[in-house]
Amino acid sequence: MGKIFGKIILTGTGLLGLVVFLYAGANTVRYIGATPCTEKPPVEEGVKVLKVCDGKTKVIVGVDGLKPGEMMPRETAEVVAKLIWDKYHEMTESSVQPQKEIVIAHGKEEHTKRDMMIWDTELKKVIDEGYKWFHSPEIGTSGISCDMCHPDASNTHPETYPKFQTQLKKVALLRDMINWCIENPLEGKRLNEDDPKMKALEAYMISSRKSKVLSPGKH
Amino acid sequence: MKITRRNFLTYSGIAGTTGLITVSGLVNSPLNFVSLAYGEEHGFTFAYISDSHLIVKPGYAREHRFTRALKKAVADVNTISPAPDFVLYGGDLAQLGLKEELDLGRGILADLKPKLHMMVGEHDWYYDLGDKWQELFGKPWYSFDHKGVHFVVLNSVVVEDYWSAGNMSQMERMLFMAQLDNPKGKPFTVGKGYLGNTQVEWLKKDLAKVAKNTPVLVFSHSPLYKYYKSWNFWTDDAGDIQKILAPFKNVTVLHGHTHQVLLNRIKNITFYGMLSTAWPWPYAPQGLPELTRQMDRSDPFNQFDACGTGKIMFGSKGGADKIYDLWDREPMMVAFKDVVAGKVPSQPEAQHSGPSY
Repeated sequence: MGKIFGKIILTGTGLLGLVVFLYAGANTVRYIGATPCTEKPPVEEGVKVLKVCDGKTKVIVGVDGLKPGEMMPRETAEVVAKLIWDKYHEMTESSVQPQKEIVIAHGKEEHTKRDMMIWDTELKKVIDEGYKWFHSPEIGTSGISCDMCHPDASNTHPETYPKFQTQLKKVALLRDMINWCIENPLEGKRLNEDDPKMKALEAYMISSRKSKVLSPGKH
Repeated sequence: MKITRRNFLTYSGIAGTTGLITVSGLVNSPLNFVSLAYGEEHGFTFAYISDSHLIVKPGYAREHRFTRALKKAVADVNTISPAPDFVLYGGDLAQLGLKEELDLGRGILADLKPKLHMMVGEHDWYYDLGDKWQELFGKPWYSFDHKGVHFVVLNSVVVEDYWSAGNMSQMERMLFMAQLDNPKGKPFTVGKGYLGNTQVEWLKKDLAKVAKNTPVLVFSHSPLYKYYKSWNFWTDDAGDIQKILAPFKNVTVLHGHTHQVLLNRIKNITFYGMLSTAWPWPYAPQGLPELTRQMDRSDPFNQFDACGTGKIMFGSKGGADKIYDLWDREPMMVAFKDVVAGKVPSQPEAQHSGPSY
């Protein structure tokens, strides 16, 4: 397999700020730019122009050194495909994500969509685990489950904790009330505060009250 | 509970002008009820018990809290004096439709002194599609006449077949139905589910024999209107049933399932929700009928709070007043005359912690 020389040379500003040359065997693969799909690509003598269009934006890549009618060598085609793909993604991600919503955290590094997908997936796993226990009589012995009194986690109001729980005669957190319900109607064993089931139950209940105003102490 | 002069007067109708009246300490007293419906004495009274959700679990030897609650309800209803003419059971006797749960329920209800009329709920039905329930209690829909009122009992928890395609086991089918907040849940119907239109056809025929000025009282497990679909506080073909009931001058619907104080009025029909003996549901986030004054949020530390039984008192002209006999709270009364006038019942003075949120 022919060696691909991947080399990026900054030569000035192009349509998206950079002009990229990649040397693939005998050919130079060059990112020409992006235009709306309705615009015709620039025509240059001796340059094979390749483009991909999603109905809105067209990404254009040029290949120098190809004779008319000549089949593109495999390694050149691979470089072309990768360049088009990378450029297309770079562009759609930056156009879909308005500047203000770019997540930059922990070390000034911009987080990618992939990062955020992973976080969401990991969070969802814990919330789903909480949903499971919330709807299961298995954390008790009486056959009763949390959802029987709290459909869709209603009336759990996690945003009101901590508060002075009058019946307990002390300040309670959500987890104290979870344990009260587990020990009383559910007739189960109280969970340790760092029990993964406790964390999951809290995650589910709190997530069900997204965007509610925090009102600690509310009765 | 203390009987105060104020409460006594309120109860006896002398001081009471609001629709929802506290009747402290007098719930089961032998006083002659002063009608709030028409200023006349009530024709007769019947009581209900509903939504007991009895649980029988292998290896659980103690008496279950829901069993205790149903026994308490039966004992309470037996002390009402004068005795109600009959008792309606409003459905969901069992939690998972098991033979053992239904047998236990029947045994407890057998202690009722007045005659018992049974209605089915989805928790009784979907383990074996009503086999055991019907063996114990008979037909799931029927009618009877009592002192000039025509009573209809419906099975309003019929849904489309969601179990055959997925080859669900009996318990899977039951658990699917038992989860109130099941995002895949199917809406209740009277005549649009897997049993087809038979019940609606029966209802039309049954009502064809009834004079239009006869008061009609319909028992349904689900509310015969559309309150909140996500929790099946809902009957999908409620509009069709309301149409069938439209020619009657005076219709009352008494429904279970919602475990809360509920009041609605649509044209000629007044809808009252029944209390549960097992636990109260929070009010749904949307769709609450305008006439409903939410009952106070329940105290989770008190098993019996916001639960209880209730009574319907028929005025001689067919209006039905409703008393919520809340355990460990002051009873609440809804007067038919105020419902007709569109008056939202006032908040009982003893309430303080606010509705569910």
